[in-house]
Amino acid sequence: MTKSFVTIADLSKEKIMSLLEAAGRFEAMPNRKTLDGRVIATLFFEPSTRTRLSFETAVNRLGGRVIGFSDAATSSSSKGETLKDTIMMVSNYADLIVMRHHLEGAARYASEVSPVPIINAGDGANQHPSQTMLDLYSIYKTQGTLENLNIYLVGDLKYGRTVHSLLMAMRHFNPQFHFIAPKELAMPNEYKLYCKEHGIKYVEHTDFTEETIADADILYMTRVQRERFTDLMEYERVKDVYILRKSMLEGTKDNLRILHPLPRVNEISYDVDESPKAYYFQQAKNGLYVREALICDCLGIEV
Amino acid sequence: MKNNKTELLVAALENGTVIDHIPSELVFTIASLLELEKLGSSVTIGYNLHSKKLGKKGIIKVADKYFSDEEISRLSIVAPNVVLNIIRDFDVVEKKEVIIPDELHGIVRCGNPKCITNNEPMPTHFHVVNKEEGTLKCHYCEKEQNKSEVKLV
Repeated sequence: MTKSFVTIADLSKEKIMSLLEAAGRFEAMPNRKTLDGRVIATLFFEPSTRTRLSFETAVNRLGGRVIGFSDAATSSSSKGETLKDTIMMVSNYADLIVMRHHLEGAARYASEVSPVPIINAGDGANQHPSQTMLDLYSIYKTQGTLENLNIYLVGDLKYGRTVHSLLMAMRHFNPQFHFIAPKELAMPNEYKLYCKEHGIKYVEHTDFTEETIADADILYMTRVQRERFTDLMEYERVKDVYILRKSMLEGTKDNLRILHPLPRVNEISYDVDESPKAYYFQQAKNGLYVREALICDCLGIEV
Repeated sequence: MKNNKTELLVAALENGTVIDHIPSELVFTIASLLELEKLGSSVTIGYNLHSKKLGKKGIIKVADKYFSDEEISRLSIVAPNVVLNIIRDFDVVEKKEVIIPDELHGIVRCGNPKCITNNEPMPTHFHVVNKEEGTLKCHYCEKEQNKSEVKLV
């Protein structure tokens, strides 16, 4: 069994903490020769420039080499090759495979057939665990702890894969969640059930005001997309409600930090960027250190 | 008279398995789940027989064959209430009920069209997370679904 990284669902608290500590060591010294002589494949069956660049930068800064493709149209899967065959072929060349796929469960399956470790860089609507790890790292770094925090999730909580994974990963740390979303995009029942089963406290809101977020340690913004609405009248009604404006930050706590998985459209006003509480660009940068840590962990390299 | 005949047929099996109380519409599904077409021994399939409990029922008699727990567990999704009578030397020596297993391999299809199992030649795999309610979780796409919603492979 090789050591793949497929889902955050089965990561223990100890494992999460040890990965975050390793990411911290990479932040202190991001350029190393750790992967000297190693080849890492980045197989992006579905394009994702942001995630691919982050992984490829991580490999490059550790002195490794990258092979792969950035779009399924340029790979043999467009000729009808099965995922298994592609994985078997690439594993002849690479020491580790980073893959993104539009089908859910693709990374889990790849990890079962592959002789080399697999890192899941997103499988459809299912998991994007390296994003979750960089979210956790960002929270840990800005708050000094993951324990007992007030975390506010705002926007599209129905389809937002990142918020679902964050919710599951935080189960070890006694959080108080607040779900702020329009009715149509409210947190699905299965995740509220998950909260109850794991003793995670949560409150639901439909209004998003200065008062609602006064106690927040973390404000996790997501995009409310027009195409998610069946009722466009409803969209018109709520589209400007879930926008974070600088004026709303006046009464908030000093330690509040604003996160966003990016890309942002208009859900965070540009004047918020100047606030010291805006953290979304550093958050993306943290992805580099976290991915350096994940790659080394999967290859069994101590850092 | 009809009932007598049914009992006679059951009693006539020297060694093997009698699957009784099958809702009629499931008879051929069960035959295929147990891969009876691959057997060499004699198989009797009763269909649309009169039953006080079920109205119409089916019965399957398989000579010289005892099914493993794994084989029996395949029935748990479609026919959880059937009973398997284990016959040795003309006597029913054991009645086996169908028990839903912890894992289902290659039995049902995932209901999520975007699941890798519906797009790649590979067996499905489910974890049974709640046996009473019949909640299954796809090992691959991690979607939870009820056994009443899923289709057989």
